This record gives sequence, structure tokens and C-alpha cells, in this order.
Amino acid sequence: MDLIWEGIKEALRLLLTLDREVLSITLLSLALSGLATLVSLVLGVSTGVILALNRFPGKRLVISLVNTGMGLPPVVVGLFVSMLLWRNGPLGMLHLLYTPMAIVIAQAVIATPIIAGLSLAALQQLPSNLRLQILSLGASRRQMIWMLIKEARLPLLAAIMAGFGGVISEVGASIMVGGNIKGSTRVLTTATVMETSKGNFDMAIALSVILLLLAFAVNAALTHIQQRRRPR
Amino acid sequence: MNTLGPVLLEAENLEVYRGETLALQLPKWTLRAGEIMGLIGPNGAGKSTLLLYMAGLLAPAKGHLSFEGTILQSTGDFVAYRQRVTLVFQEPLLLDTTVEENIGVGLRLRGIPKAERKVRIKESAERFGVAHLLTRHARELSGGEAQRTSLARACAVKPQILLLDEPFSSLDPPTREALQQDLGRMLRDTGCTAILATHDLMEAACFADSLAVLRAGRVVQCGPVGEVVNHPIDEFVANFVGMETLLVGVVRGCESGLFTLQVGNQEIAGTGDATLGQELTVGVRPENVTISLHPEGETSARNCFAGRVTLITSRGPFLKVELDCGFFLSAYVTSRSREELGLAVGRPVFATFKATAVHLIRK
Repeated sequence: MDLIWEGIKEALRLLLTLDREVLSITLLSLALSGLATLVSLVLGVSTGVILALNRFPGKRLVISLVNTGMGLPPVVVGLFVSMLLWRNGPLGMLHLLYTPMAIVIAQAVIATPIIAGLSLAALQQLPSNLRLQILSLGASRRQMIWMLIKEARLPLLAAIMAGFGGVISEVGASIMVGGNIKGSTRVLTTATVMETSKGNFDMAIALSVILLLLAFAVNAALTHIQQRRRPR
Repeated sequence: MNTLGPVLLEAENLEVYRGETLALQLPKWTLRAGEIMGLIGPNGAGKSTLLLYMAGLLAPAKGHLSFEGTILQSTGDFVAYRQRVTLVFQEPLLLDTTVEENIGVGLRLRGIPKAERKVRIKESAERFGVAHLLTRHARELSGGEAQRTSLARACAVKPQILLLDEPFSSLDPPTREALQQDLGRMLRDTGCTAILATHDLMEAACFADSLAVLRAGRVVQCGPVGEVVNHPIDEFVANFVGMETLLVGVVRGCESGLFTLQVGNQEIAGTGDATLGQELTVGVRPENVTISLHPEGETSARNCFAGRVTLITSRGPFLKVELDCGFFLSAYVTSRSREELGLAVGRPVFATFKATAVHLIRK
């Protein structure tokens, strides 16, 4: 019991004094997961738009694949991305394994289907005639797509946050492709695993609190968005 | 009524499929500049499909559309066409922003500078009575206000053709009436060409110069309102335009545009060309039938029959009375005449209508 109590007290001290190491791990996590989310945003929203606005054979299969991808286990992604990036793997010449970029790639692979699936849902929940109404007001196809994205901006924001929430909290892929190298690929989750196994509960708790706060912020924002009403 | 100009829009040999089913088939169809066409027909008859197609939003399987004499072909043609023709849907479909931005969206898409945009937004908003709501968010509007905004948005771009897909059907009666008046005024003032789809004949008749009756994807009759309403070409159209009495009989006499038709044991006089011994269907509009307690000898009406009231139903401001005169006959009376005549089921009465009220439907 003492161990836990001491751990919590020490963790609070680390947080309140903005401990250098805690701060650098947090910033690195935010940067890598943020970049991965940005990449997924472009790929995921494009995929969502293509799936929402086009009819083609095999569309249902693609949608099922995307939806399955939303629950992709990070360890599996870690394994496959590692295999691709190994020195004698297909992308070995890029020398990316155990670099921050490897984490960004793995996390983008995790977040893209999440954002694609949720943006597809966001676009599909718009009134079905809205697309035609916008075209009829004189829009080109490109303008119409842009206006639909603007109309679905709130659920799309939710998709982005879900994607970010998914990657900031995953540990399997980051540790496999990043290797938890201090100052380079050590992120909140991998550091928490390591500090816990070393018995440094204060550090582990401090890092966990930050993760929890991030998760809370994302969910609070999501809830706020989902409670809004659409125009008639 | 607007004076009609040259042919503005023309469709030829058109076939539109929605999914696997043939939703619309138009061998030939024209809309003239300044014409307001009412499009009526039951649900699923293809009214919306026709409007979507005329709005340049659906691709036909066969045939083509020409606007001002030029056939629309490339994607560019259609984008340019859609800048001149605007469709208003049954639901308002507003964007998630202010009323002002909503009304201005078409102008913005046409690259109209901000200053001019402001003037035209205000003008269109005033026309449809939403000028006081410009800063309001679309989410905070009532159903009527939202539909007004939608109409103001469509009219702000001054379309050459305005297509209206049952724009009033989701509104309550007072809101609907007020909006109908505003739209009617706007159409008259601007001389805009328009197609109004509705399943309400009265609504179509108020606005339109011509009526097109759709059934299962085909136009079964198209012509001036008076012609369609008084001379429906078949029983379907007759029923749809409110010609409730349809009688089948054999011609027993004909002379100088006047004929006598034997229906059951009775003989009815009508006007039109008929030949002796021919089987005919005729229709009588209920508003052309008068009910009295004594035979009216002194009128020019040639048809007067004794009968009994079989059913009285309310039709809003008036009542529909169904009679058995040896054949079925329906008539409209006001609630006041119902009281004066003491109309009740089983009461013997006389029904009178002119020979010119007997419309020939099918030869």
C-alpha cells in the first residue's frame, strides 16, 4: 500500500515540476502520434470520400475490410511493419527500423482504417439528397466534395480524435518497430511498460496520468460533438 | 399567366433507370420559356426522377436533353447547365451554417463578389420573408423558415428554370399557404420558367399554366390546365384530376355536336363528337352538379335526374354528396346548402348538370 501511495505522491511531483524526462517523452509521443494522425487523416478521409460517393463492384467487401481494419491489433501491425522494414526486408534499404519514422508508419497503418471507417459513416449520415442539392446549386464535383466534408466536419473531427486516441495509447507496434530507445523512440506507453518492469512506479504512474488525461480530453471533446444537432 | 416564349428545354427518346427499374420514359417532352408546368401523379410515378433529370443530376440510359436548342453532352455542359437551373427539394437541405451563408451559397459558387452577393442575398431573403433571420443558424429554424430559406437560396442565383419537388408537402396548412403565395408572386414577378411537382391537384392548378400527369414513369397527358382538368384522356387522369363521376354508356342519338348516352335506364345529354351505337366513357366534375329538392325546369341544363343521397363526406370547406340516380353521381355542396336542403342519407333529391359539363373521356 505504501508503495502505491509513495508512487502517486512522487508522480504528482514529477508532473507539477514538469520533469524534464516526462516532458520530453510526452512531447515526443504527441509529435509522433500527431504526425501519424495527420498522415491517416489524408489517407483515411480520401478513402471515406471515395467509398461514400462512388459505386463500384466489391464496394461492400472494401467497406468490410476497412471496418475490420478499425480493430487492427497493434502487435500485428508492429510485426508486419517490422518485417517490411528489416534490413533485408522489402523496404530495408530505407533504414527506418528503430527510428521515430517507423513508429509514425506503424501508427498511421493503425489509424488510417479508423479514420476511413468513421469518415465514411460521417459522410453517409448526411441527408442523401444533400449531394444533389449542392450540385444543383451550381457546384462542380470537386466543390461538392469539399462542401460535404465541411458539412460533416464535426463527425470528421470525431474520427480524427478517435484515430489519435487509438495511436497515442497503443504500445505493441511502437515497441516492436521503435525499440523504446531513449530520446528517440521512447513514447508514453513504451516508457510506462519499461518503468513498471523496472519497479519505478512513480515514473510509470506519472506517465499513465498523462495518458489518462489525454484520453479524457479526447473523449470529452467527442461527447460534446456528438450531442450537437444537425440543421433541418 | 405568363406569356410563353420559345422552347427552352427539350427531352427526346429519354429513358432513365434507377437501379434496375425503368423510372422514366419520355418519347418527347418540351418546356417553353416562361411556362409554369405542374407535374402531378401518385407517389412513385416518377415525378422526382423527372425533376432530377431535368436538373442535370441523373444520367439517362438513352436519349438526351437539349437546353436552348443545344444538346447537353460533356460533364462541362452539365456543370454549366446546372448553373442555370436549380432544384428545390421537398426537405430544405440547408447547410450547417447561417441563413445568410445558406442563401449566398449558389452565388459564392458562381464567384460573385461579396458586395453584390450581399445585395442579392438580401433581395431574395426579403422576397421569401426571411430577411430578419439572416444571422440565425440554420439549426435554429422552424420547418417553414427552413423551407423559405431553401427557396430563397435557389432564387438568389436567378435560375432560368426553377424545379420544385413538392416543396410544401412537409409544411402545416397556414405555413404552406403563406409560402405558396410568396412563391406564386415571385414566379409572376420574375417570369421564371418552372416545374412544380406535387400530388395536390389544387396546388398545381393554382400555379401552373400547363399540367403533365405522370403514371409509372410515363407522361399520360400533358396540356393546358383547363384541358387536362376538363378533358382527361383516360380514367386514371380523370380520377387524379378530381373527376369523380365516370359513366360508361352507349350512344343513342347524336346531332350537331350534341349526343345522348344511355347509362343504365337513364339518358344523359353531352357535347362532343360521337357516333350512333358507340360505347363511351364520360366524366362529370362534382362542382358542376347542383342539388335541389324540386326539378329545375327553367334552366338551360339538359340533365336533371331524381335520385337518393347515399353518402355525405366532408371535403374541408364543403361536403361531397354521393347520389344514386340509377347511376352514380357525386356533387359538392356547401355546409349551408346542406342545411337548407336538409340533406341526409336516403333523402330524395334532384341533380342537375349541363350538357357541357359532361366531358367525353374515351371513344
